[in-house]
Amino acid sequence: MASAVNLVADFRLSRASGFDLELSMSIPAGETVALLGPNGAGKSTAVAALAGLLSIDTGRIALGEVTFDDPQVGSFVPAHQREIGVLFQDGLLFPHLNVMDNVAFGLRHRGIQSDVARARAEGWLRRLGLEGLERRLPRQLSGGEAQRVALARALVTEPKLLLLDEPLSALDVTTRAQLRRTLAEHLAGFPGPRLLITHDPTEAFLLADRVHVIEDGNITQVGNADDIRLRPRTRYAADLAGSNLVSGTAAGGSVDTGRHTIQIADSAIEGEVLLVIRPAAIALYLHEPEGSPRNSWLTSIDLIEDLGDRTRVLTGPPLPLAAEVTTDSARSLGLRPGTDIWLSIKATEIDVQAR
Amino acid sequence: MGLLMVVVACGGSKGPSNEVLVSAAASLIDAFGESETAFEATNSEFDVLLNLGSSSSLREQVLEGAPVDVFASANASNMAQVIDAGASDQSTTFALNALQIAVPVGNPAGITGLEDFADPKLLIGLCAAGVPCGDFGRQSLEAAGVVPSLDTEEPDVRALLTKIEAGELDAGIVYVTDVLSSGAVAGIDIPEEFNVVAAYQIAVLTDAPNPRGADAFVDFVLSEDGQEILRRFGFESP
Amino acid sequence: MLVALGLLALAIFSLPLIGLLARTPWSRVPEILSREVVRDALRLSIVTSSLATLFAAILGIPLAWLLARAEFRGREVVRGIVTLPLVLPPVVGGAALLFALGGRGVIGEPLNQATGLLLPFSTSGVVLANTFVAMPFLVLTVEGALRSLDHRYEGAAATLGATPWSILRRVTLPMISSSLLAGLLLTWARALGEFGATITFAGNLAGRTQTLPLAVFVALESDREVATALSLLMVAISLTVLLILRDRWWRAL
Repeated sequence: MASAVNLVADFRLSRASGFDLELSMSIPAGETVALLGPNGAGKSTAVAALAGLLSIDTGRIALGEVTFDDPQVGSFVPAHQREIGVLFQDGLLFPHLNVMDNVAFGLRHRGIQSDVARARAEGWLRRLGLEGLERRLPRQLSGGEAQRVALARALVTEPKLLLLDEPLSALDVTTRAQLRRTLAEHLAGFPGPRLLITHDPTEAFLLADRVHVIEDGNITQVGNADDIRLRPRTRYAADLAGSNLVSGTAAGGSVDTGRHTIQIADSAIEGEVLLVIRPAAIALYLHEPEGSPRNSWLTSIDLIEDLGDRTRVLTGPPLPLAAEVTTDSARSLGLRPGTDIWLSIKATEIDVQAR
Repeated sequence: MGLLMVVVACGGSKGPSNEVLVSAAASLIDAFGESETAFEATNSEFDVLLNLGSSSSLREQVLEGAPVDVFASANASNMAQVIDAGASDQSTTFALNALQIAVPVGNPAGITGLEDFADPKLLIGLCAAGVPCGDFGRQSLEAAGVVPSLDTEEPDVRALLTKIEAGELDAGIVYVTDVLSSGAVAGIDIPEEFNVVAAYQIAVLTDAPNPRGADAFVDFVLSEDGQEILRRFGFESP
Repeated sequence: MLVALGLLALAIFSLPLIGLLARTPWSRVPEILSREVVRDALRLSIVTSSLATLFAAILGIPLAWLLARAEFRGREVVRGIVTLPLVLPPVVGGAALLFALGGRGVIGEPLNQATGLLLPFSTSGVVLANTFVAMPFLVLTVEGALRSLDHRYEGAAATLGATPWSILRRVTLPMISSSLLAGLLLTWARALGEFGATITFAGNLAGRTQTLPLAVFVALESDREVATALSLLMVAISLTVLLILRDRWWRAL
């Protein structure tokens, strides 16, 4: 296998509909970068440009030494000549081909002999727990199975770059969690750069090393989960990070986050988890709350943000969190940066996601 | 197929009694057109309706029971079939039409006579067999000992003429009257010994809806006035 | 009420067929159908229709692809031109072909002088006339199918390394195969029945340009029973073709 290379993309693209995309990012080999944004932000356009299905107006896209697209020097490598693997939101398995033919499709088109192609395809099918499904047609597969076949199809050609276009969006909640684990496992084993497109912050923060927030054709923020949730630059980012995401280790109903121990409702969960705490679920008190609900501690206010009828309150040590209260409450509590404040969170209001 | 439209318009039944429906061979279009005007001028109680087509298709219509008053055929065999079927008692020869070779204006292929019809390099057309003009044309060629190298057999004279006028065909055999009425083709005479003269027949049909009008029209055609009109368009009087 | 109207409609379609069957000279049919002129017409009809369908496919599928996918100005005009043969009386179509490609035609004359190629009065002329009238069926059917096809599948195939030509062969065409097949069968049937454009452009000569419809027309002039027998033959061929068109292919249209 050739050595893994880095992706560099710095370009502008205008679509006939009037939509403009400006993107600048680099993804080193072995890293997963997420492009996180709402619908219409330009995520699909970005994938299409990187995949070679669209050409850029100005700028450059290069994978290692190979220039994919550079209008200034007139070089453009069409999609079928870029060695990339793409996992699509709907899988896009060819409906007239069975699972085996779908997975082997990319290999056959790179001139690989049919028996070698079959062998490699079978290898991937086994790795993804899909043995026995070779002869099935896509419409006979469940959502999760179809996405796994699509993943096999993308990976079997040993591409140099992996693009995942909202791979989990079309799946139901349970399947989504299962597939997310499968993805995490195989992404880790993929040597090249990986780009994950999604509108789901949990997915982004769980699977990616770095997150680029994209809105309306522009990157508005780059960082990891903490960067974005604690210091959101835009309203959208604030709404995203609006779900506090805290990682930790669960055991017997407690989660050790490294900074504080959080009590959760489910005592059966064990291992690495991600806690999702909605800002509105965090209650603020000037004095220690009575009845001592399970999670409460004394902290101080780092930052207050007036968001109109709501106010965002960023708290400090031991565990920084973003809480949200009505602006009226904030005023009546007389909240100011530096003020000491008690916060409490009900264990039942904490969403626990296994990593 | 104007007759069909007439039948439909009349609801398939007999029309008003002043109409005279004349089914005439296509080559009579100009001569009978003028005859119609002249006839109606002196017989204003009648209204002549001309239904033109190839003699064979007109014969078919008559045999199928179309409400025709007068049938004018370009050859004897079509008329004979009508008489044999009892649709008419007798017919009269009212005009003679000789054949002529038609070529595009300027005679680009340099046709000189019937012998050229055997040249495979030339584009030659005739009327289809069964159409009087086609049968007569073949007779004429046979008399001259020429085996034609045909490129098309057109369903009627007008179609054949159109292609010659457009220069798409180098030559064809039509009637003298056709060359005259076209004005856009040149004619080359066929020697008398090879020429076939078509004897046009006219008859009143036994089931004519308007026998008075039918008789009056036939009388006009056979009269000196009617014959003079026919001569003007290239026909000869019998 | 609905049933009554339906039966009436059925009657309108079946009466001509019943009339034909009633007048068929059954005892003469075997002899008529074995005549050389009939076998010539049948062979010519099948060969020219099949060739016309082939050309319609070779030219029509790319055209349909352009109409369905490419964004260019004047696309509506192109689609209008392509649909023209559908609404134009076939004889007018034949006359137009003659004006353009006849021996004295705008393009035909220089073409003939340069290459000696003459299309009227030839079997190739028949194929051309048939292609002209039947191709719109194929183009419109395939365009419709391509429009309703999710073309992200083609993007997926490209990312897997398939060249545009490969994508057409391995993904696009297989995915529209039902509509494509229905379109081809309709095109073939239309070409088979073509009369006006053929007789106007290619002329009428047994063995060279006299297809079955022309043979029927000419037979009407001389021997009606022959015409009836030939008509029956054409009905039999057309019905067979249309019955082959399974239900699901009709839906694909």
